[in-house]
Amino acid sequence: MSRVCHFKLVLLGDTAVGKSCLVVRFVRNEFFEFQEPTIGAAFLTQTVGLDDATVKFEIWDTAGQERYRSLAPMYYRGAAAAIVVYDVTNKDSFNGAKSWVKELQRRGDPNVVIALAGNKADLEGRRQVHFEEAHAYAEENGIIHMETSAKSALNVKSIFVEIAKRLPKAGAQPEREAFPIMPPRRDKKAGGCC
Amino acid sequence: MAESKDEAPARPDWLPAGCEMLADGAYDAIIMGTGLKEAVISGLLSTKGMKVLHVDRNSWYGGDCASLNLTNLYGKFRAGADPPPSLGHPTRDYNVDLIPKFIMACGNLVKMLLLTKVTRYLEFKNVDGSYVYKQGKILKVPATPDEALRSSLMGLFEKRRFRKFLIWISNYEEDKPATYEGLDLKVLSMRQVYEHYGLDENTQSFIGHAMALQRDETYLNLPALDAVKSIQLYCYSLERYGKSPYIYPMYGLGGLPEGFSRLCAVHGGTFMLQCPVEEILFDGEGKAWGIKATIDGVPQVAKAPIVVGDPSYFPKEKVRCYGRVVRSICILDHPIPNTADAESTQIIIPGRQVGRTEDIYVCMVSFSHNVAAAGKYIAIASTTVETADPISELAPAFEMIGPVLERFDAVSEAFEPVGSGAADSCYVSASYDATSHFETTSQDILDLYERITGSKLSLEINADTTEADD
Ligand SMILES: Cc1cc2nc3c(=O)[nH]c(=O)nc-3n(C[C@H](O)[C@H](O)[C@H](O)COP(=O)(O)OP(=O)(O)OC[C@H]3O[C@@H](n4cnc5c(N)ncnc54)[C@H](O)[C@@H]3O)c2cc1C
Ligand SMILES: Nc1nc2c(ncn2[C@@H]2O[C@H](COP(=O)(O)OP(=O)(O)O)[C@@H](O)[C@H]2O)c(=O)[nH]1
Ligand SMILES: [Mg+2]
Repeated sequence: MSRVCHFKLVLLGDTAVGKSCLVVRFVRNEFFEFQEPTIGAAFLTQTVGLDDATVKFEIWDTAGQERYRSLAPMYYRGAAAAIVVYDVTNKDSFNGAKSWVKELQRRGDPNVVIALAGNKADLEGRRQVHFEEAHAYAEENGIIHMETSAKSALNVKSIFVEIAKRLPKAGAQPEREAFPIMPPRRDKKAGGCC
Repeated sequence: MAESKDEAPARPDWLPAGCEMLADGAYDAIIMGTGLKEAVISGLLSTKGMKVLHVDRNSWYGGDCASLNLTNLYGKFRAGADPPPSLGHPTRDYNVDLIPKFIMACGNLVKMLLLTKVTRYLEFKNVDGSYVYKQGKILKVPATPDEALRSSLMGLFEKRRFRKFLIWISNYEEDKPATYEGLDLKVLSMRQVYEHYGLDENTQSFIGHAMALQRDETYLNLPALDAVKSIQLYCYSLERYGKSPYIYPMYGLGGLPEGFSRLCAVHGGTFMLQCPVEEILFDGEGKAWGIKATIDGVPQVAKAPIVVGDPSYFPKEKVRCYGRVVRSICILDHPIPNTADAESTQIIIPGRQVGRTEDIYVCMVSFSHNVAAAGKYIAIASTTVETADPISELAPAFEMIGPVLERFDAVSEAFEPVGSGAADSCYVSASYDATSHFETTSQDILDLYERITGSKLSLEINADTTEADD
């Protein structure tokens, strides 16, 4: 089988634009109108198969820390990709998205792959942000743009696939000396650590 | 943020006239300051199902134990001056800890990280070496019987005695009297245990200070059990990763409070940085019931039966100063001499070696933990202040560290709470002490947790809690 490449992907955007719903749609192919957003999820993983490689996304949701713009540096650190979400029925959220893009460019990795998602595209009747306007902004800034719906699943998979295609998969990932802490093994002698 | 009055939902009756609700208004606990202790508490309370509001007056996480980039470091210590470009990128290359500490690989903080699974947000690296100062020399702390035999810290016969002592330590189990070898540690003092093994004063000094992590000599006359357990912790921690008993997170200690804050947020906690808390609100009986902050000119109030925070958020009658700590941050372009070019290291200077009571600690980290630009090292010397000239007290450390590119000195008062919180609902953490590890910090967290919830936090780690992913 093809190589598996791991990437951290973060969600950004104003509150209630549908970030958590997009993740749940992508990872579990579910949509709940009234689901408790984000609760309990550290991060979720999902893979995308491409011709030349399999991309495994480690997806970080904001956990509500976007509400008062209180995201920690840890959130941006090491993110290879970001989806900046706005709600097509809410003009303010599009302005918000532009400022999240700026924030990401300031705090994130210089090579981060950015995708702009105009979510809730199923609510055509309440549209406030035109596709063309957002698309022009995205082209100017060299970022991916799609309109999505977590509710109908429109373009949810596609936007992740598009990001996966743009991520650099060449070269083995560098050997790492750093490690995550693991729980101690049970066979440790009694009175021992942990 | 403040909604106009006509569309606001019914005003709750607790909300003072002229004030709006701060965030969602009513919470189970309000936490002020995002230092490590407050962050762990907020993560723990939130995973218990409590609704938590966590605020900080600064625009960054970490409070007193933040990791700063160069711009913020200069902003704090050299107001008006820009960092020299020769040091590296002003916002990307550095994460300089304000409180230097290393994490004991099998210590209580690691247990808390595992218990809460905050480990998944962080990566660590072993600290290269642990050293102790003896008669003008820096010597590696031997902690295995083999290392002891090779160490130049002791003469030949002393080595053998020390090795015997270590073997006894590693076999000792509190619930198996057969391992006691006749020593009752609840009765015997540590001094008597040392005497039993015939260990001389030098050996006692480095065992006590560099392994048992005692800060002075009082432990010598206390029952030996606690000190023996501390030595065991040191040895087990060392065994775990090999080079030293300490680990340290990539990108600096600031990741720890950030990780616990995320844990809290993931469980529904509300986070507000740059929240200018101006007042803790008390009822007629002197119990805290909420906090007030004015944002965009609008006074806002949140309420909770539990108000937690670091000392800087409370009225001064709620805390007392228990001492002063001097810390000096040095940026170097070389490792500390005589440490085998270690890229990260801890050096303990036992107070008695340099004619003082309190030990001096030096923690050094570098580019290898992503806290400094390539080729740069950050050494932080600290101690508890004993004289009227605190900076001079660090002289033995400066001598050891060698030439510096930049040095930033700070003397801070250390506070502790006056009350337990039972009477006034104010649960105050203590300031960070001068120790170079997290054992006292963890103890304060456990204590705070017990005061707040009325129950002890169990740090039993189920060995089956392995991470599910991959
Ligand atoms: C928007 C959203 C909706 C969710 N909806 C549901 C739901 O309807 N039903 C449900 O059972 N859970 C749901 N979850 C996940 C749920 O909140 C918990 O994280 C999950 O039940 C595991 O809980 P835990 O405490 O046992 O383990 P945790 O300690 O949270 O996690 C154990 C391991 O599983 C991984 N993990 C955590 N959450 C997930 C996840 N969701 N998918 C894959 N790996 C994960 C962690 O990284 C960790 O390695 C949802 C998460 C999110 C973000
Ligand atoms: N109609 C519609 N509603 C959506 C869509 N995505 C999310 N929502 C709703 O928008 C609200 C906020 O979603 P959530 O994922 O919690 O937003 P977040 O704050 O950005 O994480 C919820 O009530 C969702 O049901 C969508 O694509 N279409
Ligand atoms: Mg959400």
